Amino acid sequence: MTPRNIGLIFKKDLKSYFNSFIAYAVIAIFLATTGYLFFNLLASFSVLSFQAQANPAVGEQYNLLNVNETVVRPLFGNISIVLLLMLPLLTMKLLADEKRSGTMELLLTYPVRDAEVVVGKFLACVTVFAAMLVSTVSYPLLLIYLGQPEVLPIMTGYLGLFLLGAAFISLGIFTSSLTENQVIAASLSVGILFFFWLMSYSTMFVSPGIGQIISYLAINEHLESLAKGVVDTEDIIYFIVFTILFLFLTLRSLESKRWR
Amino acid sequence: MIEVENLTKNYGSHRGIDDITFSARKGETIGFLGPNGAGKTTTMRILTCFFPATSGKAVVAGYDCFEDSFEVRKRVGYLPENVPLYKDMTIDDYLAFVAGIKGVESKAVKKTVARTMGDCGLESVAGRLIGELSKGYRQRVGLAQALVNDPEILILDEPTNGLDPKQIKEIRKLITELAGQRTIILSTHILPEVSMVCDRVVIINKGKLVAVDTPDNLTAGQRDLSRLFLQITGDREQIAKALGAVEGVKKVEQAPVANGGNGFIIELAKGADGEQSILPMIVSNNWKLNEMRSVETSLEDVFIQLVTKEDSV
Repeated sequence: MTPRNIGLIFKKDLKSYFNSFIAYAVIAIFLATTGYLFFNLLASFSVLSFQAQANPAVGEQYNLLNVNETVVRPLFGNISIVLLLMLPLLTMKLLADEKRSGTMELLLTYPVRDAEVVVGKFLACVTVFAAMLVSTVSYPLLLIYLGQPEVLPIMTGYLGLFLLGAAFISLGIFTSSLTENQVIAASLSVGILFFFWLMSYSTMFVSPGIGQIISYLAINEHLESLAKGVVDTEDIIYFIVFTILFLFLTLRSLESKRWR
Repeated sequence: MIEVENLTKNYGSHRGIDDITFSARKGETIGFLGPNGAGKTTTMRILTCFFPATSGKAVVAGYDCFEDSFEVRKRVGYLPENVPLYKDMTIDDYLAFVAGIKGVESKAVKKTVARTMGDCGLESVAGRLIGELSKGYRQRVGLAQALVNDPEILILDEPTNGLDPKQIKEIRKLITELAGQRTIILSTHILPEVSMVCDRVVIINKGKLVAVDTPDNLTAGQRDLSRLFLQITGDREQIAKALGAVEGVKKVEQAPVANGGNGFIIELAKGADGEQSILPMIVSNNWKLNEMRSVETSLEDVFIQLVTKEDSV
């Protein structure tokens, strides 16, 4: 792999995100949805604060008057759901569209390695996603301006969201490599992500040993602790392995196409 | 420059190409001829390392397409049939991207792109999005991306497909200009194109090699028969019968004539000196000869003959 080729693919796909207005549309809609969620969390927090003023027992009992617990943590949880629904829309075109329009045929006859193509595209998508995340920084900044939230959990929460998003993108690229149809690619990745998300439901019905494995595999469990401000290497490794695994599978899927 | 030996490609149980062997020398322009689905694109895709062959060997610019595909890809410019391009990129960005990927040095990219755009007549549309361009210009962008790193070998899959006559002429001229030191393989089903542009012709049908030769030799091969066109005033049936009876005449076909006269195309065995025996025959029957000329065997005739012969086997 040469950095130059990765850079060229990265630049091409990043430009295409902005030239085709996909990036603008996705960032705008992402901001609108998460902004609405943030507004509601903040509004309900202020209602609770008023209630606690009248009846102090409410706040003390449920630890509800902590901005981190009542606003920041649920906000990260909500953003992660929005990402689950929106990132597949960013990734769906990456390989499927190249295959449908035939540009893949040209790309694969250029002196460029499949791995460079996959990594370049992954980085381009991650960059758009990073722009999405950065644009939400105004929410915690507003909290810091208005109150005294703990800053560390906010930062680890962002780290968690970033790793989570990278994992989603990696899976999205993989499903995009499986088909020429963008709608199928997106549906497939939303479906698989939901499965990883809701896996922990099944822990109730299985033996404790298997339950432990399932809850380790479930995506949301790993974001949870990062949003609390707990940086556990186990969670970070989970996201990194998830990402690398699906990038690797994408590579295999591209290679297998050549042999058909 | 290009050596293809016993190349075979299977798609599942279907055989795309079957035992194809040919070669191309440096600087040669080879025309790939064949009906749709004959295996032209499959062969080109193997030569450009898009996919490997099931069996057989393809060596391009001294490198094996399977073993050293990376080296081959550096040296080949490829224009696929439907000219797939990134519609949401500008021409300049796109060509700079391709130049970079094909290993043109960063510092030289800008100059290379400008030169290629000049060569392909793209200056007037510089800076435009590819999606906004007309089909003719897209074809030029397709050629430009194949040419941008000045490759030794060009593989063009139906480069004039879907263009209007004026654009076809321009692209052909461009290809002829490009030829020079480069080895070019182009596929087409427009036959005059082959005789105009190519040094040699490879005819394939249903995945099998039918003929490899120069356009001249291919048509000459048919010249053991000479063909004459005659227009004669008189009774059509009688004339046809009389013509058939002349020594050396192998075949008589009626050919429609614009003014409603009797037109015939006859095939004569070479050296039969048919003209000499036909003329007295006409005179003795008191018919009137209006026109007599020889008919050139075109590549079309050869092609149809070869391809249909293949079918009847």
